[in-house]
Amino acid sequence: MTYLDHAATTPVLPEVLAAVTEQMGRVGNASSLHAGGRAARRAAEQARERLAEALGARPSEVLFTGGGTESDNLALKGLFWARREADARRRRLVVSPAEHHAVLDSAEWLAKHEGAEVTWLRLEPSGRVTPEALTEALGDGSDVAVASVMWANNEIGTVSGVAALAEAAHAAGVPLHTDAVQAVGQVPVDFAASGADALTLTGHKLGGPMGAGALLLRRDAECTPLLHGGGQERDVRSGTLDVPVIVGLAVAAGAAVAGREERAGRLAALRDRLVAGVLEQVPDAQLNGAPLDDVVAGGPGRLPGNAHLSFPGAEGDALLMLLDARGIECSTGSACSAGVARPSHVLTAVGAGAARARSSLRFSLGHTSTGADVDALLAVIGPVVERARRAGMGRR
Amino acid sequence: MRVLAAMSGGVDSAVAAALAVDAGHDVTGVHLALSPDRQTLRSGARGCCSVEDAHDARRVADELGIPFYVWDLADRFREDVVEDFVAEYAAGRTPNPCLRCNERIKFTAVLDRARALGFDAVVTGHHARLADGQLRRSVDAAKDQSYVLGVLTAEQLAGARFPLGSTTKERVRAIAAERGFAVATKPDSHDICFIPDGDTRGFLTRRLGAAPGPVVDAATGATVGSHEGTHGFTVGQRRGLGLAVGDQRPRYVLSIEPVTRTVTVGTAELTGVDVVRTGPPTWTGPAPALPLRAEVQLRAHGTPVACTVDAAPDGGLVLTLARSERGVAPGQSAVLYAPDPVRGDLVLGQAPVTR
Repeated sequence: MTYLDHAATTPVLPEVLAAVTEQMGRVGNASSLHAGGRAARRAAEQARERLAEALGARPSEVLFTGGGTESDNLALKGLFWARREADARRRRLVVSPAEHHAVLDSAEWLAKHEGAEVTWLRLEPSGRVTPEALTEALGDGSDVAVASVMWANNEIGTVSGVAALAEAAHAAGVPLHTDAVQAVGQVPVDFAASGADALTLTGHKLGGPMGAGALLLRRDAECTPLLHGGGQERDVRSGTLDVPVIVGLAVAAGAAVAGREERAGRLAALRDRLVAGVLEQVPDAQLNGAPLDDVVAGGPGRLPGNAHLSFPGAEGDALLMLLDARGIECSTGSACSAGVARPSHVLTAVGAGAARARSSLRFSLGHTSTGADVDALLAVIGPVVERARRAGMGRR
Repeated sequence: MRVLAAMSGGVDSAVAAALAVDAGHDVTGVHLALSPDRQTLRSGARGCCSVEDAHDARRVADELGIPFYVWDLADRFREDVVEDFVAEYAAGRTPNPCLRCNERIKFTAVLDRARALGFDAVVTGHHARLADGQLRRSVDAAKDQSYVLGVLTAEQLAGARFPLGSTTKERVRAIAAERGFAVATKPDSHDICFIPDGDTRGFLTRRLGAAPGPVVDAATGATVGSHEGTHGFTVGQRRGLGLAVGDQRPRYVLSIEPVTRTVTVGTAELTGVDVVRTGPPTWTGPAPALPLRAEVQLRAHGTPVACTVDAAPDGGLVLTLARSERGVAPGQSAVLYAPDPVRGDLVLGQAPVTR
């Protein structure tokens, strides 16, 4: 099996498996006062400190959640509600149209049910949001509740310069949330240095367990809870702490950040070979997103493991099926719950037509990727594209 | 053989896929998303293609250990089946959308794409027998679906597999239960999948708008009522006419004239037809020599009638029936069979009724 879908989820690290298994064998609610509870609490707080250290945050800024989707919902809705309560004029959300659906749909839900108004940010052709575009959309900022721009795009891998965006947001008096689910472990992520007010991350993109995520939230950020109950996480998030997966998340984040530089260099080299090899066999394939060697704010402008390509005349789901039948696992973009391939909203947002959006595949490399994976893809991609083209676009 | 199993989420296509796996084929499952605005959950026995149906199909595919994908054919389905259905009614005809879907979606759009992607055949859960290129009725007479497959050509049948033709519906459910498929007890779907509330007249009125006209009695020529659109009527229909005629004898729709918006009605003895004329036929195999003695079935669950089939000068057929049939409507498909009580009636072909 050739796994080229690490952006969907990546294999759990052996040290994570060991840590989660060990913690799962112990009894204790981190909120209990007895010895078992104290031991669980200690493990959870050590994990919090370890995660904070890996990401340049303070432990008190770490809110454990059930994953990226919950963190995005909490940031968008929680910051919106709290900021609007402080000043009723703040009804506007300033959001990139290339965000993950956890952000997009939260914003649209607030617009439909809470009287919010969404301002969609202008994107560069690469999918990047510039500070100028943000400043322009914010205006004087007095009517804006929150701005949200992802650190790195999950489909096309484009990285935005979050520090400059946070500066622009703060100049207008607006907090910035950034979804860094794909960025952590791939590019340098330092919460304090970025200036962002809230940052989403999740464990299973880092070699950690599913169902474990965090929202890094500045101590001065007011955020209304989504979940009410025991108030375990700074009174912003309730629910018994899931200590085993929290421990796993922290171990994974520590390992992902510690090995980042070496891994990023290795993956970028593999990725560059993958793209060059595909273009050699399918000369009219098109690379989506930023150029491979793009730079933003002194760092990579594109995720090192991301290759997103369109194959004109072939349909993404036909390509995926043919590759799957040959043991190669990749993605047409973001998976859809109904299983129906829709034109990628990210490609549509950067101005690609529906045909190009439907004819794309995402190959994403990760910590277990090797040159053999790239070779396996390059051995079949030419005939697969040819066959998918013969099958046409399924419409007249 | 590499086969593509079309899986609706129902019990028939689930068992058909399972039997294809058992037969040693390399099976890939696909669910066809045909509705542009898919409901999350099924809203009853009617309709199909909800996300829940796709999930049911995926559950079975996962249990069988076969790849599974959803193909979005909503645009094709709308153009080739739904719009055709509306246009046929607007022209005063009575179409069968299931037959149209088999003809144009399952065994054209899907089969063409499957062949291009390297598959040898498309497997479906239709109740019909197909062997050596010969399409026959199912062993389960009550569930036989050969009528809605009668439009397929030899070339299409060469790429089709119907594993359920020799299995009764009862046995299909038993196989599903033995395998632990959750769909074993799922109700059969009924009626037209794109009209989930079953209100065909309401659907057509929304699509075509109101177009009032007279209802005329065939015997007297008198206007005996009015209507809101000819698309609300089918030839042979008795109910819902809302007429004021002097005698108490029931009236039936005899004909529909969409240009003058006239619906002509008459008493029962006027509804019988002894000769049916059709447009050009399609054959499931080599075109047979005419004239020909055969049986004709005029609607999905109609009783077959013996007939003589002759060629008409315009390329259509003239079917002379052994006994008169009521409610024969233009647009219906006349499916021709060669009776065979041993191996199952053989489907010869089909032709659209013109009058």
